[in-house]
Amino acid sequence: MKILTITEQRDGKWNKVSFETLAAAQQLVAQTGGTLSLAVIGRGVAALAEEAAAKKCNEVLLIEHELLEKYTADGYTLALKQVITSSSPDLVLFPHTYQVRDFAPKLAASLSKGMIGDCTGYRYENGKLTFVRQMFQGKTAADVTFTAAAPWFASFQAGSFRSDLAENGAARAPVNKAAVDLKAEQIRVKPLELFREAKQAVDLTQAPIIVAVGRGIKEQKNLPLVETLAKAIGGEIAASRPICDEGWLPMERQIGSSGQTVAPKLYLALGISGAIQHVVGMKGSRCIVAVNKDSNAPIFEIADYGIVGDIFELIPALTAELGKGH
Amino acid sequence: MKIAVCIKQVPAKDAPLHIAEGGAWIRETDIGFEMNEPDSYALEEALRLKEKHGGEVVAVSMGPERVKQTIKEALAKGAERGIHVSDDKFWQLDPLASAQSLAAALQKENFDLVLTGLQSDDHGFGQTGVLLAELLGRPHATIIMSIEVTGAVMKLKRELEAGWFQWMEVPLPAVLTIQSGINKVRYATLKGIMAAKKKEIAAISRESLGVDAAAGQKVERIYVPTKSKKTEILSGSAKEAAAKLVEKLRHEARVI
Repeated sequence: MKILTITEQRDGKWNKVSFETLAAAQQLVAQTGGTLSLAVIGRGVAALAEEAAAKKCNEVLLIEHELLEKYTADGYTLALKQVITSSSPDLVLFPHTYQVRDFAPKLAASLSKGMIGDCTGYRYENGKLTFVRQMFQGKTAADVTFTAAAPWFASFQAGSFRSDLAENGAARAPVNKAAVDLKAEQIRVKPLELFREAKQAVDLTQAPIIVAVGRGIKEQKNLPLVETLAKAIGGEIAASRPICDEGWLPMERQIGSSGQTVAPKLYLALGISGAIQHVVGMKGSRCIVAVNKDSNAPIFEIADYGIVGDIFELIPALTAELGKGH
Repeated sequence: MKIAVCIKQVPAKDAPLHIAEGGAWIRETDIGFEMNEPDSYALEEALRLKEKHGGEVVAVSMGPERVKQTIKEALAKGAERGIHVSDDKFWQLDPLASAQSLAAALQKENFDLVLTGLQSDDHGFGQTGVLLAELLGRPHATIIMSIEVTGAVMKLKRELEAGWFQWMEVPLPAVLTIQSGINKVRYATLKGIMAAKKKEIAAISRESLGVDAAAGQKVERIYVPTKSKKTEILSGSAKEAAAKLVEKLRHEARVI
């Protein structure tokens, strides 16, 4: 299988999820035979292409243009469409980042093709490639296959493959420049400055214990219960997105794809169902405890310890138990 | 401004899901359905833009007869009219075929702005808005946290990962996908619910749009995910379970 993997960089810095996708691509090439091209796209990214050339692949495609300096969906789509048309890969793989969500379906559609996005893995059995993704907010998994002719487009969710398994090559891969033709008037949107909202007063990534709360808490007035527990266990309080959307806790305490990614030694998930967007931000935690009234909640799939029950009974009980001392 | 909002109806959040015979969709009998939550933020944003700049909001939904209820909810909240693209087997459509169908319906009118939610809580493809932009030949932006319209240009705040944001300018007409939490969603008032009864819902059969449903991808089966970890479920009363957990955390996992 001829695979093209699109890496992601911003201002000359890698988005590291790119290497997880590279690991998946290398594994797939090993299973199916074929070749792997690694695309580096932007402006002034030759040094990154040279770095990528150390990875085990058949070539690095360096796609540079002055109009690709800042990411735009129009620019990336037009440039990659030309590269895909001329190199005709069977499969184009992306890391499932916010940027990829922004342009990859458009790129595929511009070639009248479909994309299977946000995959958590794949299976290659008897010559058939099946992608696995989640549906219903993680309550079910789905096996999805392509039924139309190549090229196929797919993206892998962060954390689905281990970037440290991306192998270096025995020899450096050649860096080949892919010429693309872009005109300023083809780029219809104007990207402006990047910024972070209020400074991050708490750095949850450094907290050894995190007590996280989700929709199950029902109302803002119930939050002190969780705060008391966090204090008793010596942890920082955090939340899934809906709680921060409601303004019950500041955005800086949000864990998940749009918030912080953490890996504490203990993560207590209270009334959190375990939607993908949350799970990608905490699944690396050493010990995960889930308390949820729904025994089918997907959070239990990644928990080390689970309690099926009412958080309004469990939280005070836990606080009391911790208060007893050793 | 003439704004179309694409709204999906999805199983209610707390609905117990059972996989249907055939294995590629859920059993629809005996569960409730509701407006896809991310789309409710897109609807709210559309209503606010209309209230500020004038114009109309059209709620568009694809699916079986039941999705009319969700269109009615949008009308009760303030949308002027609805378009129902009817298809009993819409769940079989892949992202591209869905978007092609919606695009064909939207193309019948000249919308200044098309809004969608970020993704649906059922399939969760998260592609519809981006695909609509490509199919309608419009510029787009995704995961939008604020919209300011000045003449024919929108200044947008786009959410990136890990707490980063970006300003960008996008000319109208355009397609935007809206991030959840961009606004506070309103409730329908009694007056709104009464007014909605007189509002029009145009029905278009998906078949009549001439979009091939022969998809490029197929959901072969859906299933309860296999566990990646062995979870130890602690049972008993709240007090007993809490005691067991603290014991485990102290002496087995040794994390407290």
